[in-house]
Amino acid sequence: MPTHFEFGLDTFLPITVDESGNSITGDQVIRNAVEEAVLAETVGIDSFNIGEHYRTEFMDSASHVVLAAIASRTERIRLGTAVTVLSTQDPVRLYTDFATLDAVSNGRAQLVVGRGSLTDSFPLFGFDLADYEELFEEKLDLLVRLLRRQPVTWSGKFRSPLTNQFVSPPIPEGRIPTWVGVGGSPQSVVRAARFGLPLMLAVIAGRPERFAPYVELYKRALEQEGQPALPIGLHSLGFVAETDEEALEIQWPFYKEQFDWAARERGWRPPTYEQFLAEVDHGSMYVGSPETVANRIAGAVRALSLSRFDLLYALGRIPHEQRLATIELYGREVIPRVRELLAASTDLVVAGG
Amino acid sequence: MAVEAIQPDVRSVPEVDDRSLGIVGAGKFGTTLARAAIAAGYDVAISGSGAADDIALTVDVLAPGARAATTEEVVRDSEVIVLAVPTHRFRELPRDLFAGKILVDAMNYWEPVDGDDPELEGAAEGTSTVVQARFPSARVVKSLNQLGYHQLEEHRRPDGASDRIAVGAAGDDRRAVDAVMRLVDRLGFDPVDAGTLENGRVLEPDGSPVAVTYSADELAKLVSP
Repeated sequence: MPTHFEFGLDTFLPITVDESGNSITGDQVIRNAVEEAVLAETVGIDSFNIGEHYRTEFMDSASHVVLAAIASRTERIRLGTAVTVLSTQDPVRLYTDFATLDAVSNGRAQLVVGRGSLTDSFPLFGFDLADYEELFEEKLDLLVRLLRRQPVTWSGKFRSPLTNQFVSPPIPEGRIPTWVGVGGSPQSVVRAARFGLPLMLAVIAGRPERFAPYVELYKRALEQEGQPALPIGLHSLGFVAETDEEALEIQWPFYKEQFDWAARERGWRPPTYEQFLAEVDHGSMYVGSPETVANRIAGAVRALSLSRFDLLYALGRIPHEQRLATIELYGREVIPRVRELLAASTDLVVAGG
Repeated sequence: MAVEAIQPDVRSVPEVDDRSLGIVGAGKFGTTLARAAIAAGYDVAISGSGAADDIALTVDVLAPGARAATTEEVVRDSEVIVLAVPTHRFRELPRDLFAGKILVDAMNYWEPVDGDDPELEGAAEGTSTVVQARFPSARVVKSLNQLGYHQLEEHRRPDGASDRIAVGAAGDDRRAVDAVMRLVDRLGFDPVDAGTLENGRVLEPDGSPVAVTYSADELAKLVSP
């Protein structure tokens, strides 16, 4: 069980509504996200991480630009991604963007790289979905080399080779913590271990406990690869308000709207209120009062031996004001309470010998 | 004609029922299914896209008791094989790989995840007919596609349990459908005959049963042509 914990916020910069229920503009969403991150630092949250999508409802297509703006307004909070769709990025460009972000933020850049659950970026950037696996493997290899030791001599299938190449700005090895985001593919878990990178589990439905076998697989794979023990993180969804009732009342209509869209697109039956409550009670929606949410997070941290928990806050078009309120409660009340609960359970373990 | 008269009536030969199951695809669905099948008393062989060694640790941790193998070995050793590869990759498998075998098509086509696939998108008679056309010598049955992998894990119940949910099976080879229904039952679900392979389109993501839990009666009503 880890003893050091990091608690972050994740956002995809969703188009939100104003107080009269009308969608606000994308540029306003981006400026609001900067304000949300500034508040996150003020209330003591460890990191602020931005996704990568190419859809009309999300404004997170260029996270490093938004993160750089946040860097200039903050001093301590770590600035990262959730997740960077590495399969369709050029690792050299990704390196330059985040090494530069690391410089302007004075060492606060971090990354979660994954394959992404959506595939919009493949046709957009001219990649073939059939190369999904190979693309990720090759690009992760090059990115890790650039981050670990330069100059790099490298050749692959999907981009021109590099020979004794230095890429600026230089950064020391390990400067940008780089996690591998995994949505449930065992091969991705094993790959993270093979590259010696920490594991970020994205769990957006169902009980977190059912990912315990993946944690076991990761640990066994690290051993097999001769790698040291590495941290494990969890990304899940949530919303905090003063009371459980208020949190449910605000989140439910937006949850419903979000999943009704997904249901139409994917042919699912839209979720019922009972299913939503089940997700809140024991699944992957961390919704409620600070005490409720803290207890659920502490439970997940214990069940999966986590070192890091990132909350994708305020799912759907929840207005900026309520997003700010949830950040405030998460930072000021939830995180300190989770730390308290985890310290208590560590004491019990120690006392129990 | 006399020559035909001495041919055995294949329909009267009972389907081999040796409790062996092959799974092609060692992703989250394939490994979850392997675990369920082991619990149901099956001898399970499972393959990924490469060597058996590549998935040995994964199988050992996620589906202890199952045997990591190559796809060729899985096909050789099993009469019933579940196809659980990413939908955009099934065409990478050889056309005659599954000759004579019962092939359970557990795949779903979702454009946002699988990318644009005009052939599957335009498959008026269901995506499993495309799979059958790709593997003409296989006995394709559409089944096990309705459940997400965590539902497959969490909803298995013994026969007769009041909250047991239903899983449909659709195919043109009726003995193959029977065999798959026996598998579904042993895995812990009420099997429902969903008719022909073409009728199997009612089990697809744009039909209503996907990712929803139904009783056998409810599902039988939904799949009736």
